[in-house]
Amino acid sequence: MTILKTTGLTKKFGDFAALDGVDIEVGKGEVYGFIGPNGAGKSTTIRVLLGILKATEGQATIFGKDVWKDAVDIHKRVAYVPGDVNLWPNLTGGEVIDLFIKLRDGNNASRREELIRRFDLDPSKKCRTYSKGNRQKVALIAALSSDADLYILDEPTSGLDPLMERVFQEYVKEAKAQGKSILLSSHILSEVEQLCDKVAIIRQGKIIETGTLKELRHLTGTMLLVETKEPMPQLGEVPGVRGIEQKDGALSFQVEQEELDNVVRYVSRFGIIRMESAPPTLEELFMRHYEGTGTGGAL
Amino acid sequence: MDKHLFAGTGKLSRFILRRDRIRMPVWIFSFVFATVVIGVALAGLYENAQERQAIAATMENPAMTAMVGPGYGVANYTMGAMLAHQMLLMTAVVVGLMSVLLVIRHTRTDEEEGRIEMVRSLPVGRLANVTATLAMLFLVNIVLAVVTGASLYALNIDSMDLEGSFLYGAVLGATGMIFASLTAVFAQLSHNARSAVGLSIGFLLAAYIVRAIGDVGNEAISWLSPLGWILRSEVYVNNIWWPVLLTVGAAILFGALAMYLNAIRDLGAGFLPARAGRIHASPLLQGPLGLAFRLQRTGLIAWAVAMYVLGVSYGSVMGDMESFFADVDIMQELLVPVEGFSLVEQFIPTLMSVMAIIATIPVLMAILKLKGEEKNGRTEHVLGRAVSKNRLLGSYLLIALIASFVMLSLAGLGLGTTANAVMEGGVDVGMVYEAAMAYLPAVWAMIGLTVLLLGWLPKFTGVIWLYLSFSFFVIYLGNLFQLAEWVERLTPFGYISGLPIEQFDLLQAAMLTLIAVVGVAAGFVGYNRRDIG
Repeated sequence: MTILKTTGLTKKFGDFAALDGVDIEVGKGEVYGFIGPNGAGKSTTIRVLLGILKATEGQATIFGKDVWKDAVDIHKRVAYVPGDVNLWPNLTGGEVIDLFIKLRDGNNASRREELIRRFDLDPSKKCRTYSKGNRQKVALIAALSSDADLYILDEPTSGLDPLMERVFQEYVKEAKAQGKSILLSSHILSEVEQLCDKVAIIRQGKIIETGTLKELRHLTGTMLLVETKEPMPQLGEVPGVRGIEQKDGALSFQVEQEELDNVVRYVSRFGIIRMESAPPTLEELFMRHYEGTGTGGAL
Repeated sequence: MDKHLFAGTGKLSRFILRRDRIRMPVWIFSFVFATVVIGVALAGLYENAQERQAIAATMENPAMTAMVGPGYGVANYTMGAMLAHQMLLMTAVVVGLMSVLLVIRHTRTDEEEGRIEMVRSLPVGRLANVTATLAMLFLVNIVLAVVTGASLYALNIDSMDLEGSFLYGAVLGATGMIFASLTAVFAQLSHNARSAVGLSIGFLLAAYIVRAIGDVGNEAISWLSPLGWILRSEVYVNNIWWPVLLTVGAAILFGALAMYLNAIRDLGAGFLPARAGRIHASPLLQGPLGLAFRLQRTGLIAWAVAMYVLGVSYGSVMGDMESFFADVDIMQELLVPVEGFSLVEQFIPTLMSVMAIIATIPVLMAILKLKGEEKNGRTEHVLGRAVSKNRLLGSYLLIALIASFVMLSLAGLGLGTTANAVMEGGVDVGMVYEAAMAYLPAVWAMIGLTVLLLGWLPKFTGVIWLYLSFSFFVIYLGNLFQLAEWVERLTPFGYISGLPIEQFDLLQAAMLTLIAVVGVAAGFVGYNRRDIG
């Protein structure tokens, strides 16, 4: 079942196209990773989905409803954490959390207390005294204590320490287990790799790659590290082999999925001493798309 | 005392002067300029002793005593006595405010922003910053005292002799010094800049009020307030110096106390216990309306008090208004006599129009707060939840509408009741209140225009302030400069009938209300259609 879907979503600010035909689809119970560097269009997409920005062209629906026209109805079942959490300096964290829960017409006191404890937040302090990480905790606690069907999280952990990041990941996994859907925008790739079923990579307002991690890896191929008794001078000419590098007397290279069998047969003729294989990390995937383009911002 | 505590004080002092090389001279210049201009203006308005005695009579009532302090030398109301009586206390209060803001800026604000931490990591003594701040504040106030004294003496007015002029300056400087030291103490007590400013300004207001109570009732009470001390110098009348010396002495003592407290506390800490905030939102803070109110509560209450005080101030001078008008030429140009109405009644529409325009400021601020929230990226928290744009904008609109009613009511009631109390034969409070309420449609029209801008041209909401300033200029000076009728018709305030001397014009009020409704409706449409943020 589709929870969130955009087709040909375009947003222009004057002549500048911040989004240029974005298609994403999040199914029920899915964690959807949305990755890209700063300025690629992640937050703009999310703001369109929230009905705060109006799309110039294209469709965007959540729960089958139009994100602009039915924003209020949709938001009753959505929880959102912005990337840059700006709070009211003269309200306390506790007041803000309560207000946010009330604005969704929700009430879940025990859950609120549990989250405050787990995230180790002092709710009696004024927001002006909070660091970036603490402001993010306020937004996360308000979002996670609500009983939403879709969570839209825009770089929710960029200010959290590793311990809190782990707490966050636990809650995301719990939500997923309960059949909730999550749109997670991030540029912390290890986090996306840990949590997400599907990934979309956005660059300069366009989705350039999308699919499950498995599918994306398939595109890139497997990393092999091989040390042989005899040298393999002709390895570069074997079909499906790319990016050969010397590493401590061994060779490291990428192999296309279809050619894996042939390459392993070829290599075995030179007497294997050591052989390690690893799926490509998301970072390598990501870098492949961004390297050499020079635009679209840095990670 | 350990010399190391003060290491680097000289360098930090120069650094403070460097940071405030514009700010401090502007403060000093403003005080000197305002004092001199008012001195010249008073000399021009009241050319002879007879006119001055007439105005002196209007000043002898408890309301004026509460406002500007006891009048010294009222029997022989010279130019100097008049200037010191009417201006010295008010100016001294603002000098105190300057000291509060400058001291907090260089102490608690720097500490809160983490700048003191960096300074302290250098070879700089623990007391260097607070010492440098106080030293520079004392310097600023001494310069202010000398320049004010010299400027007043340079006016070359008979009754304003050398000693009196410098005493006038010294009173201002001493007030600045004592509030600089007191603020430095408060900066040690509280945890953050905001509450330190609050404590200091609160103390300044309390000092003013305690003095007012004392001056009207029991003089002994006035001695509890530093502002009460300085008035005892009887500038230009008896020129008594010891209150100034007493104040400066107290300033030095409190300065030493601030240093002691600074020396024994941790960086970032305060002596008053940090009050833990609410862990839960109050029943009021449960939706966009509650939030909109909560964010503006302090400001709105302050404005409400200010509007009431403004009304009371205008009302308090109504007492001897008739003789005042008879004696002062410029006022007769302002008012063309109308048959069947007293001069006071004729003056009410002019006062009301000014108060209505001032009352519009907090009303428009209440709506434009939403713009500020949007700019600071906080509306998305609200709109990202189950809140429609209509409900959000509607919350701010409702607060503005209530504010328009409350602000005008308080101004009108303040004026009416005070005028009734001080005037012989009294005045009809209901009539004054109606005259105030008559301005509601004009304020609503301004609300309509503001919502319209917010909905369609959010980048240009500042234009409304230009328009309000234009309205003020046209209405306030319209009569004086004999501006053409059509110029006044360029602002909604020019369509309001001046009760009680004119009949209430229902049609014009209805038209203004219609403009307000159309503006608001169109603004809502625009707000619903446009991007946020």
